Amino acid sequence: MPDGALPVLDVQDLKTVFQTRGGEVHAVNDVSFSLRAGELLGVVGESGSGKSVTMMSLLGLLPSPPADVRHGRVTFEGKDLLRITPEALRRVRGGQIGFVFQDPMTSLNPVYSVGFQLMEPLRKHMGMSKKQAARRAGELLELVGIPDAMRRLDDYPHQFSGGMRQRVMIAIALACDPKVLIADEPTTALDVTIQAQILELMKDLREKLGMAVIWITHDLGVIAGIADRVMVMYGGQVVEHAPVTELFSNPQHPYTRALLKTIPSIAEERAKRLTIIEGQPPILGAAPTACPFRDRCDVAFDRCARENPPRYDVGNGHDAACFYDARTGAPRDA
Amino acid sequence: MLDGVRKPLVSVRDLKMHFPIHAGLLRRRVGEVKAVDGVNFDVYEGETLGLVGESGCGKSTCGRAVLRLYDITEGSITIDGKEIGTTPQSDLRPMRPTMQMVFQDPQASLNPRMTVEDIIKEPLDEHTKLNDQEKREKVGELMDAVGLNRKFAKRYPHAFSGGQRQRIGIARALALNPKFIVCDEPIAALDVSIQAQVVNLLEDLQEQFGLTYLFISHDLSMVRHIATRVAVMYLGKIVELAPREQLYADPLHPYTKALLSAVPEPDPSLARNTERIILQGDVPSPSNPPKGCNFCTRCPSVMDICKQEDPPYREVKPGHYTACHLYNGTYDTAGQTAGDEVNKSTNKEKTP
Repeated sequence: MPDGALPVLDVQDLKTVFQTRGGEVHAVNDVSFSLRAGELLGVVGESGSGKSVTMMSLLGLLPSPPADVRHGRVTFEGKDLLRITPEALRRVRGGQIGFVFQDPMTSLNPVYSVGFQLMEPLRKHMGMSKKQAARRAGELLELVGIPDAMRRLDDYPHQFSGGMRQRVMIAIALACDPKVLIADEPTTALDVTIQAQILELMKDLREKLGMAVIWITHDLGVIAGIADRVMVMYGGQVVEHAPVTELFSNPQHPYTRALLKTIPSIAEERAKRLTIIEGQPPILGAAPTACPFRDRCDVAFDRCARENPPRYDVGNGHDAACFYDARTGAPRDA
Repeated sequence: MLDGVRKPLVSVRDLKMHFPIHAGLLRRRVGEVKAVDGVNFDVYEGETLGLVGESGCGKSTCGRAVLRLYDITEGSITIDGKEIGTTPQSDLRPMRPTMQMVFQDPQASLNPRMTVEDIIKEPLDEHTKLNDQEKREKVGELMDAVGLNRKFAKRYPHAFSGGQRQRIGIARALALNPKFIVCDEPIAALDVSIQAQVVNLLEDLQEQFGLTYLFISHDLSMVRHIATRVAVMYLGKIVELAPREQLYADPLHPYTKALLSAVPEPDPSLARNTERIILQGDVPSPSNPPKGCNFCTRCPSVMDICKQEDPPYREVKPGHYTACHLYNGTYDTAGQTAGDEVNKSTNKEKTP
């Protein structure tokens, strides 16, 4: 990968398959990416594009069966996370890699106090005493902007609002000073004004703590505001990957271009009619032998139905999985 | 501007929808959730009125109350010249064909045990005297209109994707040739690439059948695209209502300003350089709204008066209504018909 900083997390050719009654479902197909220290990598895609399954596979969070992480390599701190013992993986998960889930309403345990849930990783991973953990838990709640933090430790999740609960989730994920934070649609269930609060909090925290973040979302607006680099997923594959300004100013993959056009902007001239992407997202099934976007693509040609395009480097740390070269307006050489 | 020529198809005056809270052993009434608390607006024929707000602000309740899916607490609703605010449910039945609804969750609003044909046909069974052949023909036409293949008429909802299911819901709403459709977050559950398809469909149908929409959504950029005028709700009240361009270019109410600035822009240079207004805190509970203005607990430009008096909802520019003390000086007494009605209702509110 280009640019100086060393990757903290490096994923190569990750492939996850689900065994279902209807046959195999290839949900993640040879996904590769790397995350550099201190950067925020945005992962965009529609539902079913494989963005959550990718992250859950690399942390071993998928139940097996039905899931089967068939091949790939996930390098973190010199170890391959797919090949270490479950105990070793458990030490990494929630410790050096924190995870924030989409729905703050269901991902906290309603029968334990917020303080207890915050102290659990501190005691398990950092070996803190009850007293130390309680002090640290209070600090963490304060860090994520919950007023009167010490007193709220004994409160239960239902006593917090949605935005507050998401702050608690972030605090739990941050508890053990993770090197990497994976946030799966952390603001999707929240209102825009609360989302703005969380995004602002995230910016502050990254400055203070300097961790690397993977931010999964379907909202390109959110990505535009916070990401350093963006990875676009479609049909279980990475179709485009670029630094954020490059992606928005110079999208190469037809899907990314179409996606950027379909979203109405709040600031720009209002379009008479919205541009649409015809058809439906693909239903995942057997291993792909063709480009997953070809049925909805406006520049598809015969080769797209025969082969699945690899990711072509187009310069500036930018690559796109498409046989059609948007720069020259012609198919790439076979 | 818009009045004069066009007449309102729907008029809502001082609409209140309070839900009782029962508690204790005897389930005594201990309070009420003021989901909708004194809302006034008109929807003109052929227009789309966008109703935006955050979750819990009462926008969906408002939409459902307008169609009398609830027995409202107080207020008047006139649809197509008829007052339906206090009509008993049984007398409302013959009026149902004029007003229909498209629901948020196409998964939950379609009966999984009915075929698509049966779902779309059901309103025809209930409200028309067509024979079977005519009904089937009508279902076919409706499926064409919303872009569903007629061949799929015998399939069940589970066989369709989210976007297609929403099309089934729209076809059902269209079956009785309604004039007015309340679209309650029709695109919220859909993927980005599918949202645009459904919005374009709604616009096409509006043109084709001369429909009037109340479009409820939390997606401000989509509302800017589809709506003619936009109303912003906060904690059970409309805080601002204005023609689309005016609202987005020149929002008056501090809440509208904050809401608009919180919308993430899909453009990195814009997103990083614009100064956002970050609201502190959360929305207060509608069962215990603050004294004075509902927004006074989070408002960046709060004044003393805001904590004492509820600001009246009034027209501060032609066609531009807002409820905020910041615009006390700009009161336009030569308000139009709707304005007069509004004055009456706000007076009523002030008397305890």
